[in-house]
Amino acid sequence: MAEKTRLRRELTKGFIKENPVLRLVLGTCPTLAISTSVIGAIGMGISATLVLIGSNAVISALRKVIPSKVRIPVYIVVIASFVTIVQMLVKAFTPAVDEMLGIYLPLIVVNCIILGRAEAYAGKNPVLASTIDGIGMGIGFTAAIILMSIIRELIGSGTLAGIQILPPSVAPMAIFILPPGGFFVYGMMMAAANRLAERKGLAKAELNGCDACPMAGSCGIKNDGKDTKEEVTA
Amino acid sequence: MVKVFAIILFTGVLTENFVLRQFLGICPFLGVSKKLNTAMGMSAAVIFVMVLSTAVTFPINKYILEKNNLTYLQTIVFILVIAVLVQFVETVLKKFMKPLYNALGIYLPLITTNCAVLGVVFLNLDKISGGDLNFLSYPYSGSLVNSLGAGVGFMLAMFLFAGVRERMESCEIPKFLQGLPITLIAASLTSVAFLGFDGVIEGIFK
Repeated sequence: MAEKTRLRRELTKGFIKENPVLRLVLGTCPTLAISTSVIGAIGMGISATLVLIGSNAVISALRKVIPSKVRIPVYIVVIASFVTIVQMLVKAFTPAVDEMLGIYLPLIVVNCIILGRAEAYAGKNPVLASTIDGIGMGIGFTAAIILMSIIRELIGSGTLAGIQILPPSVAPMAIFILPPGGFFVYGMMMAAANRLAERKGLAKAELNGCDACPMAGSCGIKNDGKDTKEEVTA
Repeated sequence: MVKVFAIILFTGVLTENFVLRQFLGICPFLGVSKKLNTAMGMSAAVIFVMVLSTAVTFPINKYILEKNNLTYLQTIVFILVIAVLVQFVETVLKKFMKPLYNALGIYLPLITTNCAVLGVVFLNLDKISGGDLNFLSYPYSGSLVNSLGAGVGFMLAMFLFAGVRERMESCEIPKFLQGLPITLIAASLTSVAFLGFDGVIEGIFK
């Protein structure tokens, strides 16, 4: 019974409490780039989730075999294989989505969520828990990117998933589907998430230098992102 | 020929700026842009690795993958080649070029998983298969120049944004926007500035 609640917690933590996009600040590149349309966001979310589940399961199954010195290259090979599989599936079954995702589809390989979860979770935990962690994180990522794409597509082009929602007499604000709108909406969503987190008594999302970077462990820069000024205020 | 390269270079730096227009390399952009010298060191390493990985992956793609109908392996081959290359360069620099290693070395392992590097490799191939005229006449050298432009664009964005963040340090920011939200909104405004470069390349060179 305790095992079941633990697994359920592993699944749901990715939804809100440790949402990869809004709380852990991972996977910012695809989130910003793909959230211009709901269809693209759904495609991106599902592709990344599939890769995440697969790579988490395989990496966790191999965690005792992989020597820790070469773990990052091994993780990258596993992830790249899954990305190739997903790429082929997307190309074969939904060519329109493939067109929409463009180079961001192969770039799932370097999505920090996937390598980050491999390094932080799957490399240390058993297969079932890691798979569930992958599902939860994937759903959290998909939900955040879809939410953001709804805001941007609705305001930026007046449609949702290609269907006209706002009356044509309302001129859409095109800047929301342009790059500046992406940064702006993400910033506002982050502010809202921080506000909610504060109410629940959680720490706010913060990108402290290299925290989000899965390579931080093997890298020489000791950048904790804190300078003297922040330490005074904190 | 000089004109073609100039067009490719300035398009990469300004109108197709990697960070502010294409959202590649956002993690280092938000994470390392707080200190100017770290930002510059990181960008220099990114430029170096971008040009080098394009130089190596382009022939691999053309003479090995395309020849044998293996282009579906691009993702896995490119990321591995880049990872190995970065390791190799790090070792060589450490042994033979100590000053350069001291300047760039610590940033090198980070860059393997930087989406901007893999992104530029794919983008070059995309431009060639997409029939970009400038690239069709000089596929290899054009790709190299584009990688250089992308890297310089990354550096420019980092440099500008490090300045913006320095100014923000002394501002009074509403509590709910403090930290990451205001950084993202500042990035949004910097990005608006780059929208202004639209059409400038055509205006200068045509």
